[in-house]
Amino acid sequence: MKVIKLVWLELGQRKTQLMSGILAITLGISVIVAIRSISLVSEKAVAINLDNLGANIMVLPQGATIDNYYSADIDAPTIPEEYVERILTSSLQGVDNLSPKLTRRVDIGDYKFVLTGILPSNELASKPLWQSAGLFGAGLAASCGENPQNESLGYKDEKLQRKSIDSLAMADCLLGYSAAQKLGLKEGGVLTIMGNELKVARVLTETGTIDDDRVFAHLRSVQNILGIHDQVSAIEIMGCCNAISDGLLGQLRNILPDTRITTIGQIVSTQIKTNQLMNQISLIILIIILIVGGISIGNYMWANVNERRKEIGILRMIGFHKSSIYSMLLIKAVFMGVVGGLAGYLAGALIAWFLGPTLAGIIVVPIPLLLLYSVLLAAGIAVVGSLLPAYFASRFEPYSNMQEI
Amino acid sequence: MTTILSTNALSKHYFHRDGLIMALDDVSISVSEGSFVTITGPSGSGKTTLLMALSGLIRPTSGKIYFKEQMLETDNDTALVEFRKRYTGFIMQNFSLIPYMTAIQNVMLPLSLNSISEESRKHRAVELLELAGLGNRMNHYPRELSAGQQQRVAIARALANKPAIIFADEPTGNLDPMLSVEILNFLKEINEKNRITIFMVTHSPAAGAYGNVSIKLRDGRIEN
Repeated sequence: MKVIKLVWLELGQRKTQLMSGILAITLGISVIVAIRSISLVSEKAVAINLDNLGANIMVLPQGATIDNYYSADIDAPTIPEEYVERILTSSLQGVDNLSPKLTRRVDIGDYKFVLTGILPSNELASKPLWQSAGLFGAGLAASCGENPQNESLGYKDEKLQRKSIDSLAMADCLLGYSAAQKLGLKEGGVLTIMGNELKVARVLTETGTIDDDRVFAHLRSVQNILGIHDQVSAIEIMGCCNAISDGLLGQLRNILPDTRITTIGQIVSTQIKTNQLMNQISLIILIIILIVGGISIGNYMWANVNERRKEIGILRMIGFHKSSIYSMLLIKAVFMGVVGGLAGYLAGALIAWFLGPTLAGIIVVPIPLLLLYSVLLAAGIAVVGSLLPAYFASRFEPYSNMQEI
Repeated sequence: MTTILSTNALSKHYFHRDGLIMALDDVSISVSEGSFVTITGPSGSGKTTLLMALSGLIRPTSGKIYFKEQMLETDNDTALVEFRKRYTGFIMQNFSLIPYMTAIQNVMLPLSLNSISEESRKHRAVELLELAGLGNRMNHYPRELSAGQQQRVAIARALANKPAIIFADEPTGNLDPMLSVEILNFLKEINEKNRITIFMVTHSPAAGAYGNVSIKLRDGRIEN
């Protein structure tokens, strides 16, 4: 009879104790699998969402305020347009599109509007909000936006296919919805800004943002109108989320040390912070599970070993070595850990599947890699928790089963 | 006759808060192969301690033990385990059966420590249980057997590895007089037929009469 068979026979003997021991591991593992599943899927979701959002990095002059990402460039000091070249020639990984802009408030009639100079093909490539205007030409896809996981994770976003406006002529402008309403202008109308006439190429659909009050014109035209040559207020960059995480911002700061580089606050800060919080929580829970799980298993093993003192004495008496007793208990611990890890993974995946849509607004699919981690972690906890009781048991004297000494 | 087990000035001391306890004090014996040795004496005289020391269950404080003229390495746990595994069988007052194993599994347990096939182990266990009159109780758990039947399973297990010596500690202590006679007769039969040396601790004069060598202890010393 091999040691493993001995373990198997004993497992069937104390089913209630065994189940309670396994349950302790199962509960712990299920909690951590559920949290990790949700946070991992959420991280992917944030990455995809960020990529879908278009321009997610803004290079601003040092003195610019960034209270509102979408209006940060208005009336900001300027930076040299040459910085665009500098970024492009730096071969940074994860920079997909650049859009230099020059923005100033201007008075047109009785109203104040925001005049924004753009380089058409770049600007719209990083501004998905505008595609709804339907006036743009060739498709331009984000290099990291076409993620095959998008659809499987439920993040199909048509904005990934962006369009550029190659057709915006030097004398044309695009009018925000609100600006067009206030000025009473339609497509084909003429807008006069500081003595310069621009033809209204298209009125943009309402967005509900500051863009509704903007007048978009070619960057060169705006630079001429404002008399600010070779300068821009901001450079919008569409960067891959993964690249941002991998330090793209830092690399940009190295290239452009006298600028202020920021990302979309709500997304990059809040969502990534949420994910970080979930990761921290899962780490804390992991530590708690390591401690509580180890103590639970250790406690169970101590009780089991004490209860089996006589039996272990018999085994030692008839010729079992200390190492066999030690192995016997550790094999039992591994068995409990593996079963607890498997059950914990299944329970955790189910919990994540049920709670994912409610807690994080995402559909959580089981992550197979977590199964491996669950089993290894649970077995590890069980073994570590059992080391001392197993050692203690292996030192039982072979006369432990006898009535008197 | 060949000496199978002998001791030279064997002592075992225990430290207790009330002082030193001399459980065995300068015990020297020599036992021939095939003997049926009874160890008797009043309670606390050191009977069980002597049995445990002779069988390698405890390490003596001083003195030597020789098995077939080879000195036992009493300080070496591995050597003692090997000695117990290869040459000894045990029968205890409380039967010492593994409760979650059937009769046949209990008998097969010591056989599993040797390189014997599963089939051979099973064959040997069946043979021994039939010898013990338990051919129809092989798949019974200890709790499903009477006290006498449990002790017979224990005897079958003790015989499993064809030991040179069987150590029995009050084997009839938990049995009624009729069953006691039955078990003692069985032991006597094993001793005579198989030439297995038996060391039996008992406080019963009737049981003591079954032996052909008697060791009487008092206060850890041989009385006679």
